[in-house]
Amino acid sequence: MRSEEHSLVEVEIITKKDEPADGKADAKNEPGSKTAEEHVFEEKPKCINEEYEVVYHKPDTLLDVSMHYCPGCAHSLLHKLIMEAVDELGIQEKTVGVAPVGCAVFAYDYMNIDMSEAAHGRACATATGIKRLLPDSYVFTYQGDGDLAAIGIAETIHAINRGENIAIFFMNNAVYGMTSGQMAPTSLLGMKTTTSPYGRDVHEYGEPIKVSELISHLPGSFYVTRQAVNSATAVRKAKKAIMNAFRYQKLNKGTCFVEVIGNCPSNWKMTPLEASKYIDDEMVKAFPLGDIKLPKGEDLKLLEEVK
Amino acid sequence: MQTKLMKGNEAMAEAAIQAGCDAYFGYPITPQSEVLEYLAKEMPKHGRVVLQAESEVASINMIYGAAGAGFRTMTSSSSPGISLMQEGISYIAGAELPCLIANVNRAGPGLGTIQPGQGDYFQATKGGGHGDYRLIVLAPSSVQEMADFVFLGFDLADKYRNPVMILSDGAIGQMMEKVTFGKFKPLKIDKPWATVGKPASRERNYITSLHIKSEDMERHVEHIYRKYDEIKKNEVRFEEIMTEDAEYLIVAYGLSARISHKSVNILREKGIKAGLLRPITLYPFPEEKINQLAEKMKLVLTVEMNTGQMVEDVRLSVNGKVPVHFFGRFGGMIPDPEEIVNKFENLINKNHAL
Repeated sequence: MRSEEHSLVEVEIITKKDEPADGKADAKNEPGSKTAEEHVFEEKPKCINEEYEVVYHKPDTLLDVSMHYCPGCAHSLLHKLIMEAVDELGIQEKTVGVAPVGCAVFAYDYMNIDMSEAAHGRACATATGIKRLLPDSYVFTYQGDGDLAAIGIAETIHAINRGENIAIFFMNNAVYGMTSGQMAPTSLLGMKTTTSPYGRDVHEYGEPIKVSELISHLPGSFYVTRQAVNSATAVRKAKKAIMNAFRYQKLNKGTCFVEVIGNCPSNWKMTPLEASKYIDDEMVKAFPLGDIKLPKGEDLKLLEEVK
Repeated sequence: MQTKLMKGNEAMAEAAIQAGCDAYFGYPITPQSEVLEYLAKEMPKHGRVVLQAESEVASINMIYGAAGAGFRTMTSSSSPGISLMQEGISYIAGAELPCLIANVNRAGPGLGTIQPGQGDYFQATKGGGHGDYRLIVLAPSSVQEMADFVFLGFDLADKYRNPVMILSDGAIGQMMEKVTFGKFKPLKIDKPWATVGKPASRERNYITSLHIKSEDMERHVEHIYRKYDEIKKNEVRFEEIMTEDAEYLIVAYGLSARISHKSVNILREKGIKAGLLRPITLYPFPEEKINQLAEKMKLVLTVEMNTGQMVEDVRLSVNGKVPVHFFGRFGGMIPDPEEIVNKFENLINKNHAL
């Protein structure tokens, strides 16, 4: 699984024309093959050259600017996946995003779509206002755990209970990232943060809140899934979930909710690789990955018809 | 033209429909729930959006989203609910979004009472939420104005890309009067900045109040304050009653102005040359007018249903030319015209023997 990590790094992957695109990935599975970092380092200096063809590039919906995110942060990856979905579905002209206070508050600096910044916790209310007036558009929110699960839990639950036809992308990295690592409602038990310096104590703060499971019980939620982006396999699955969350909006059947277990290397005080491992070793114990609520077969049939 | 007998709150709601309000988001609170009730019934008939939000916090942020998408939007509440909206109002002002917010003022602080009050003057006119911003504030004193100011408010909001507040009170919201519709044609203004989805033909639009670099933030605040200067220049509104020959001036707005009008009549019958200046826009405040009028007055009395809020602006406007006094009832109590007359006579006897 780890051997595929090289694809997490945002570089244009260039392969020789005479070499199959997946040739390297196969080679990497052999014992003694190079580590992910070595591969990336080797590929990077090779700029676009007649000898090579571009087999992968950033989507056009992602602006060509450097991001403010810390090295190894999952936000940049999630931005890219969402913008890839918008690009591939060809819905840029009909998409409006909402990013509230949190690390992703500058999302509009990176996403080449119409966007609204929102007050802390209020993204679902803001998105409701947009979607109710633009019912044919694709509206999504991009929220962190402090925003969605603490200050904005009321707006989140009520928007979903009303079955607002929006997609909610919920980046859960178990800390307040932007304000530099305070305890979040999703912080794991025992997790040390700047406001839980002795570790989160269940008697003081209860268990980490499982928002996906909670909202999956609301009839207004249509599709609920929990994904991660700490491996190539996970990224591919997350991308599929994001594509679904957009496509299902066409059905007007309710809210699509994609929780993404992210990392926060800076505030977890880990290297990106350690943070990725922490997700597999610890985060997924509290937040198991996978689909929590899936559309019914007849709804999916309807989607084919809508197409 | 169409004349109806309506409650102030209902007149405001009907005016919203006629003024082309695309969406109303609100939350029940006494004494303004009729606005939401009326619109819940009528908006769907016009194919418009009406939504009872889970809180005032949510409704003001729904307004933020819908206004950002370029639609005419409105919310209303009463004092405690307006307090809950303040963060959102600050964002809306910062992001320069046009919308209409009505406060059917009840008496506070805290849960206070459901009876009318004017204790939200400071909150409405000095910003209310955090940061440097102002709302355009309109103060109706009749059911007719509850309707008229909806049209005016939406137009001013669109014209200046600024939130507008109608600062009413529980009495004007609840009382019934004759109201005529059909006088106004809503202004149509293009909103090329709205977030409706980015076509290939233009750059992306984004709505934000965030300017992380101090230089940018200062420029932004300068920009919105230049806009307020324009508003001050163009939009000051007031009503003068018997001020031409007046020697004594009452300054009052909204319900207090209606009551003070009666007091002026009584004073005139007694041979006291009293006049009334009723600010219609509480922001921009008619400071020049009051300053000019003060030239020929012996005394100014401000009457409010609070412990003295607008009186500070009246004093700044009069700028020491003549004494400015205050009379107020509060806690949901409404002043009696005779009380005001008595206060006036006492002041005159004390300071200015006739």
